Amino acid sequence: MLRDITLGQYYQTDSVIHRLDPRVKLVTTICFIVSLFVVDNFIGYLIAGVFLAVVIKLSKVPLKYMLRGMKSIVFLLLIAVVFNLFLTPGEAVVTFWKIKITMEGIRQAVFMAIRLVFLIIGSSVMTLTTTPNNLTDGMEKLLGPLKIFKVPVHEIAMMMSIALRFIPILLEETDKIMKAQIARGADFESGNLIKKAKSLVPLLVPLFISAFRRANDLAMAMEARCYRGGEHRTKMKPLIYKKRDGLAYGVVVCYLTLCIVVGRGFI
Amino acid sequence: MSIILDHVNYIYEAGTAMEFAALKDINLVIPDGQFIGLIGHTGSGKSTLVQHLNGLLVPTSGSIFYNGADIHDNDYNKKELRSKVGLVFQYPEHQLFEIDVFSDVCFGPKNLGLDKKETELRAYAALKQVGLEDEYFYQSPFDLSGGQKRRVAIAGVLAMKPEVLILDEPTAGLDPKGRDEILDQIAKLREETGITVILVSHSMEDVAKYVDRIIVMNRGQVLFDQEPREVFRHYKELEQVGLAAPQVTYIMHELKARGLNVDTDITTIAEAKNEILKALKK
Repeated sequence: MLRDITLGQYYQTDSVIHRLDPRVKLVTTICFIVSLFVVDNFIGYLIAGVFLAVVIKLSKVPLKYMLRGMKSIVFLLLIAVVFNLFLTPGEAVVTFWKIKITMEGIRQAVFMAIRLVFLIIGSSVMTLTTTPNNLTDGMEKLLGPLKIFKVPVHEIAMMMSIALRFIPILLEETDKIMKAQIARGADFESGNLIKKAKSLVPLLVPLFISAFRRANDLAMAMEARCYRGGEHRTKMKPLIYKKRDGLAYGVVVCYLTLCIVVGRGFI
Repeated sequence: MSIILDHVNYIYEAGTAMEFAALKDINLVIPDGQFIGLIGHTGSGKSTLVQHLNGLLVPTSGSIFYNGADIHDNDYNKKELRSKVGLVFQYPEHQLFEIDVFSDVCFGPKNLGLDKKETELRAYAALKQVGLEDEYFYQSPFDLSGGQKRRVAIAGVLAMKPEVLILDEPTAGLDPKGRDEILDQIAKLREETGITVILVSHSMEDVAKYVDRIIVMNRGQVLFDQEPREVFRHYKELEQVGLAAPQVTYIMHELKARGLNVDTDITTIAEAKNEILKALKK
């Protein structure tokens, strides 16, 4: 029922990308996203596409998993494309009634579609190749300097990893409660909007109770292990840059430079 | 009138790397009025199997018939099926949601479209059947003890007046006293109403005393499907799949091995006592 969500779904395999330091992957993802919005011509997107394809190939994650996340943004994609297509001013190519499609519009629409698709796939490459724990570790390290400004970096990272960890658990729980209520004759599908919203009460109340119960249990378990935040906390597997990580940074810098130079039309 | 499973297969996440066959070629006939114990190790497919019986899961291949009709025919009334085949999930108290016990039990019959009077009559009868005292009826279900919550949840299914009652590990997480109370109540209920009961459990000890028939599941297949005493004769094989016969069976076998002439087919402690006394008197 609810298994189509790719977010936070790690794909277990052994590849170069999997072994990279999570910090590298985070920075790369950010650079990739920046590059998508800097680039302004087709050659630039071609470079981005090739870069993405190579990374996917190296990651050994089946393409099917990457594309799974696309399902949820089809609607958003459609809106973005349609708006750009019809509402960009410029030289008209096709005109009928009051609607005109412009050359600029087509260009904008295609670029927007490519951007969104690459954006989603690019970020799923990161989540599919990095365990949520590693990801938050990386984020904690990257944001470390903010501690000077009294930002509770460790606490934020901890909250994120807990939240990510609970997504599949709560999905499973929802599935279970839903089945139990259907077995008691509940109907989640038919009826108008108000009736549908009302029918969710037997699902949401038990779900909230279970979420609170789990949160309570977790807090208790953390306290029993003397957890008290980030101060003086050591790590079992501290993040240390290896040679391949430096290499990866080099590749990313080259890629970004290339994108800016070529994609902005400086050459 | 019965449930028939014909070559039922069920595969989780078919077509992916996580593909897993939870049920492999299950053929079963469940006649009316039988008290059945469905036993298996964790992950043996017993929970998956019972979710097929009321149409919550659709088999990957094979068919299921209830009273002669294929439950996955397009025009089959699934809602009616779910009122006839009542399924109580594991930890059913997690599904309680109403402000008081009585309204929660009313949820099932209300969904069947019954009028208010009939709904309340059924809810009252169901709460009596599980042995909950009147004083709790208008309390919040969340203020009750674990055992009481579970009774309320079971009553919630009983109030739909099912012809078949399936209980998935109804004693999980209860203390021995709570466990015996729930099981005794179920046995009493069956005696009074004559409904079919399927008790899912991983403990032979729990079911040996009550059931007429034991179905043992292992890795998605039916390993044994016989009367309790016949199943327990395979106690060595049961151990190999991570299960065990009741302790009484072991004692009787050991006594026999040491030369006391007792019947090893005994399944309950009371019977064992009589048998040992008889053997000693000889």
